[in-house]
Amino acid sequence: MKAYLKLDHVDKVFTRGKVSSEVLKDINLSLGKGEYISIIGHSGCGKSTMLNIIAGLTRATMGGVILEDREVNSPGPDRAVVFQNHSLLPWLTVYQNVRLGVDKVFAKTKSRAERDEWTMHNLNLVQMTHAKDKRPSEISGGMKQRVGIARALAMEPKVLLLDEPFGALDALTRAHLQDSVMALHQKLGNTIVMITHDVDEAVLLSDRIVMMTNGPSATIGEVLDVPLARPRQRLELASNPVYLDCRKRVLEFLYERHKFVEAA
Amino acid sequence: MNMQAIKTEPATALAKPPVASVALSPKQPVSFDRYAKMAKETAARVIPPLIVVLLLGVMWELLCRRTGSTLPPPSKVYKDTKELIFDPFFDNGGLDKGLFWHISASLLRVAYGYSLAAVVGIGLGTLVGQSVWAMRGLDPIFQVLRTIPPLAWLPLALAAFRDGQPSAIFVIFITSIWPIIINTAVGIRNIPQDYRNVAAVVQLNPVEFFWKVMLPAAAPYIFTGLRIGIGLSWLAIIAAEMLIGGVGIGFFIWDAWNSSHMSEIILALFYVGIVGFVLDRLIAALGKLVTHGTSVS
Repeated sequence: MKAYLKLDHVDKVFTRGKVSSEVLKDINLSLGKGEYISIIGHSGCGKSTMLNIIAGLTRATMGGVILEDREVNSPGPDRAVVFQNHSLLPWLTVYQNVRLGVDKVFAKTKSRAERDEWTMHNLNLVQMTHAKDKRPSEISGGMKQRVGIARALAMEPKVLLLDEPFGALDALTRAHLQDSVMALHQKLGNTIVMITHDVDEAVLLSDRIVMMTNGPSATIGEVLDVPLARPRQRLELASNPVYLDCRKRVLEFLYERHKFVEAA
Repeated sequence: MNMQAIKTEPATALAKPPVASVALSPKQPVSFDRYAKMAKETAARVIPPLIVVLLLGVMWELLCRRTGSTLPPPSKVYKDTKELIFDPFFDNGGLDKGLFWHISASLLRVAYGYSLAAVVGIGLGTLVGQSVWAMRGLDPIFQVLRTIPPLAWLPLALAAFRDGQPSAIFVIFITSIWPIIINTAVGIRNIPQDYRNVAAVVQLNPVEFFWKVMLPAAAPYIFTGLRIGIGLSWLAIIAAEMLIGGVGIGFFIWDAWNSSHMSEIILALFYVGIVGFVLDRLIAALGKLVTHGTSVS
């Protein structure tokens, strides 16, 4: 498979004054189009830094990110991010939050009516049309995250970046949203990079799981293929041997070979 | 209620009307109770200050009634200023005008100076909040300049403009701009990184970022600055007008002092206090309206 998104020898060193610390070292990763990849690792391993480098919010110290044969080093709607804490603008309604991105991305290619239709279409994808005139403070955490997903999807990104999108949600809401994301991936065929620290979530959703070693100088320890057919059903998988095996291998990586060192 | 409904259903239709009337009757006392409660709450807020004002008035009357007291009692103030109170709109030319004209002249100066300060202050505050170098360069200067008392600027302004009107407006401007700058800068500096990231991903240009993210995100801070600013400008205009003369409530007070009309001074002070209070509440209400829903994230 030809690489659609590629991280090529990415290093990241944070320098503050005379102290510099290497967070990421020699990250190499290729994604095919339509692939769903999870990045998993203990906290502080530079997962979020890696996602920010792909998003262009942080510059890599060495190496670079190549998307469709072109280097990208500044943020843009072709790599839309769903932030962990939803990051909706509180003074805008649900509709306006999604429309903000739509208006920028499709300023020249879509008419006003088409942009309105497209905004509603994306709110409909995440089943949030009923709350379109509510403000973020008036809806639940799960709903906010749905709107965050709609905002990202509405930019028609080449790669969708999910930064621990379900981290702040309760278990039931999380499961529900995971199913929604799976259904959307099935329907739209997006290329997705997701940061997570939840093993079940990684196995359930991903085509491949990228496991990070502990920092400092974190790098990719192992990449695990998840050969489970789609669409996947949460309940059926619970007793599926392939699922259980994948789960076990991730757990072994995280808790035996790369145990979290408290001091780090 | 549910139990009752289930019980009456199999019974005859005759049982229904009394049920309906029973359901209606508790409604009235509820709404009546609510009005009574509202009236009680209003009374609880209005009556204590009224009592205090009344007591102070009586004390004042008793203290100033004696012969040889330097200040007039309230009864005399009312008697002396009846004309001014009941006819604020007369205009006999020159400075002999009703209080309405004096106050509106002062308010007009405040409006000019304050609007200018709001625009320039929010602009400079944004610059200082956004750019580290602008902050390093400008902040120390602001910190020194803001401690200069408003009236100290007046002679300089008179020398520069050679006219009272622009000088007064300048004094308002220079007095009210500092809290606006400083609060705006703090507001801009406190914009969460998340909002900046969102703007970066969507690729808002700087102008769009200013209108769509910065201003609304910093609005609660900006309005704090604007509210302090309006209070300061009302303080400054009275003092400045005493010196520059012309039509205005400040000079009205000074003029009354020069002609020993103590009652007029007292009346003017009431008006100054009330107008200042209204201005403050106006900006606060505007802030509430504009930042509706934004302070909670």
